This record gives sequence, structure tokens and C-alpha cells, in this order.
Amino acid sequence: MQTTSQVALNVNGREHRLELDNRTTLLDALREHLDLTGTKKGCDHGQCGACTVLLGRRRVNACLVLAVAAQGQEIITIEGLAGPDGLSRLQQAFLDHDGFQCGYCTPGQITSATAMLAEAAAGWPSAVTADIGADKVDLDATEIRERMSGNLCRCAAYVNIVAAIEEGAAR
Amino acid sequence: MREFGYEQPAEIGAALAAVSAPGARYLGGGTNLIDLMKLGVETPELLVDVTGLPCDRIEPTAAGGLLIGATVRNSDLAADPAVRQQYPVLAQAVLAGASGQLRNLATVGGNLLQRTRCAYFTDVSKPCNKRAPGTGCPAQGGEHHNHAILGASAHCVATHPSDMAVALVALDAIVHVLDENGTSGIPIEALYRLPGAEPDRDHVLAPGALITGVQLPPLELAANSAYRKARERASYAFAIGSVAAALAVSDGVITGVRVGLGAVAPVPWRAHRAEALMTGRPATEASFAAAAAAELEAAEPLRDNGYKVPLMTNLMTRVLTGLAAGVRR
Repeated sequence: MQTTSQVALNVNGREHRLELDNRTTLLDALREHLDLTGTKKGCDHGQCGACTVLLGRRRVNACLVLAVAAQGQEIITIEGLAGPDGLSRLQQAFLDHDGFQCGYCTPGQITSATAMLAEAAAGWPSAVTADIGADKVDLDATEIRERMSGNLCRCAAYVNIVAAIEEGAAR
Repeated sequence: MREFGYEQPAEIGAALAAVSAPGARYLGGGTNLIDLMKLGVETPELLVDVTGLPCDRIEPTAAGGLLIGATVRNSDLAADPAVRQQYPVLAQAVLAGASGQLRNLATVGGNLLQRTRCAYFTDVSKPCNKRAPGTGCPAQGGEHHNHAILGASAHCVATHPSDMAVALVALDAIVHVLDENGTSGIPIEALYRLPGAEPDRDHVLAPGALITGVQLPPLELAANSAYRKARERASYAFAIGSVAAALAVSDGVITGVRVGLGAVAPVPWRAHRAEALMTGRPATEASFAAAAAAELEAAEPLRDNGYKVPLMTNLMTRVLTGLAAGVRR
């Protein structure tokens, strides 16, 4: 049984070729093999959201994705969110609103919120959406809190995180 | 975690062939299986990744229902316009579960076959009849405040954790399965089995059988449906009790009703008794409450989960009373 694989990962627009044990999660591939340590390991069980990355433009828990299964899709990490002109609007909003304390959950929060805004713009409903058939989402604080519930902050900086995301959504 | 091989077939036939190897398991989104492998609960020798199979569409059926591919992600299922319009209870149930990140990974087939979250099942240092048959069930005398009150056995009191499946039992979904004998359609209630003396067997599928999709029959009353979930925090938690219901009322009389109950049994529980009692009765809170109480008469609570009986009675009554008034929440 072959227990390693040649893995091609497209991360932040760059192609990487690695030989990896099949047990390697996308999270460990990013941090331990590609030195992209912005993505954090919190619980390593999909419960805290610190490892959130974009896989095929969708937010996922990198700790629950095998690196070998993440091939062929564009991967974007916190390191890939800033553009040539500087920070993304959400990154800037987190700074402006002091949307963190220790900062450990912050990369996951910002990456998750980036994709969450796209989900809402596409009209995806949430568990608190009053009319599940509605085409448009009114992204108020209640919606933001529900949609971001997969990202825990042990410093409980939630009030400022919500404010930052509200501004990111409005800009 | 034990070492394993990995294959990602592009065709269903290749997937069935690959999974015939010893110790092989299908891998969907991985949100449950990878976690259980990290915990040492699952130790596959080969993972056959099914997410490359052509089972990723939601399509209308000739009969007027929907066919949902097994590898459709939970987030795509909940966002699908036809699901939201025709079967709102299903979209609501999916959205009530997990987090945005997990729903983006989790597949429909994987959601159906996810394992219980009983703390003894997921802890390999503890006995558990579901994980290691014959070792015992410490939950019965231990931590069981969120365990089953219906359908459990002396061997296992764990609950099925899915929200989605609770809506699917209420909708009489048909699970499409492919194995070496060909294709079959299994009513979702018949997919799951009560623990009895073999709690390690959650379902009736043969080893290597592949769920390819879930068919929703046309059901007019499902347009008036809702999923309501009680949990210990406002979001991102498993249910302590949930209700999926659909209701049709004509001239103040209940003409059609479907009810599924979650987090109360080893299987997503269809409230057949309550449904039979309600049909033809006035669509009043009293009718709903009486039917709910009758369904829960069979409950056999453990030391610390008796609260689920009034919880479920009230939850059922409230959802159905709401639906009778057109409140689909």
C-alpha cells in the first residue's frame, strides 16, 4: 500500500509540489511544509475555525482536509488576502475596529469573514434568516454572528469582530 | 493516526472496485471521518475519495421531486432555490447544523452516515459497544444528558447526530444505493437500524455499498414546513432535541402532517404515532399537544435526560402550532 503521494498544491497563486504522507492535513502541509504559518492550529478537530482557509474560494477547516485531497483547487490563506495595494478591506477593518486581542484566531476570522461576505452576496440563507426563500440577505449583526459561529475567539473580542465585519460588508 | 492509501476515482465503477480492498473506506468531505481517524476511532487502510464522482448535482425528477447527488455539499443543498421553495424544512435543518466551514466540506452521503457524538464512542480509552462490541456502555450510568429516550437498547443509548436526516425522514426520502448487486432505493427510515444487541451497525448497507443520491418525492405540504432545534448554545452545537415538520390544513382540519424528531433516538425518529393521531383532527394547539404527548409516551429516559420528554412535547407543539398559522420557523 502506497501511503505517500506526490501532491501539487496551488497556494496563493503559486504551485507547490510536495511528497507527503497521506495523513498530512492541508493545515500541516501549509504550516510545516510551506512555512505559511499565518493559518493557525487551534483545536485540530474542526471546532474552532482558527485554521480556516479558502479552498476553491470556499471557507473550510484546513485541519479536516487531507492535503492529498486538496489538489486541483485554488487555495488561499491569510497570507494571500492582501492585494498589491495593501491590506484587504476586511483586514483593514479588523485593525480599525480592534477586532482582536491575542490575535491567534484572527487569521481564521478574517479568512472566514472574507468568504462569508461572498456567501451572503450570493444570497445564501442562514439559520437566522427570517425568509429562507428570499433572494437577498440583509447582513445585520445577528446574521454575522450566526454565519461566523464556526470561528471561536477565546479572548471574546466578538463585539469588535462583528463591528469590523459590518464595516467590511458595508464598504 | 495509522498510515493509509488514498485514491480518488472519477467513475462510480472504479470507486466500487477500489473499496473492495481490505480495510477500505469511502471518504466524503471528511468532517467526521478524518476527525475519527485522528481520535483513533477509525483506522482505515485505504481511503477512496468519492468527491470526484459525478454525484454532485441537484436535479428535478419527472415526478416533480428532486434528486440530490450524494456528493452535493451541505452548503449547496441549503442554498438551492428549489430546496428552499419546495422543502424549506430541509434547508433549515442543514443550516441548523455545524458551521459555514463544515457545511462547505460535508456531503449529503457523509451526513447520512456520520457517527454518533457520544463521548464514550469517541474516546478509545473507554468501553463502548458501538465502537468495540461487547465492551459495555458506560453512558448508561455515566454522562448521558444528551442521549436517547426512544429506541435505545441495553447495549447502546447513543443518538444519531444529523439534523439533515431528521428532515429527510419527515419527507420520506429515498436513498439511492449502488453495490455489487446493482442499484436500489431504500426508504430513509429503513436505512437506519435501532441498536438492539448490535449497536456497531448503524445502518443496513452492505460493506462497500455506495450512496449515490437522495430522492425527495413530490410533497405539496412540504412547502409549509419548518425545522426547529433546541441546543445548549445559540449556534454551532448539536441538538438536544429537534423537530422537522410539515403541515397541511383545510377548513381548520389537519389533512396532512409529517413529523421527524432529532437527538432523541439512535435513528432520526419519525413520529408515526403522532401523525396518525393528528390527521383529521382540528388544527389546534390542543390537538398538536395531545399528539406530541402520545408520541413521547414510549419514552424511557435515563437518569439525567428526562428533560427531553417535556422539551420534545413542547417543541413539537410549538412548531406545528406555528405551521398552522403559516409561521415556518
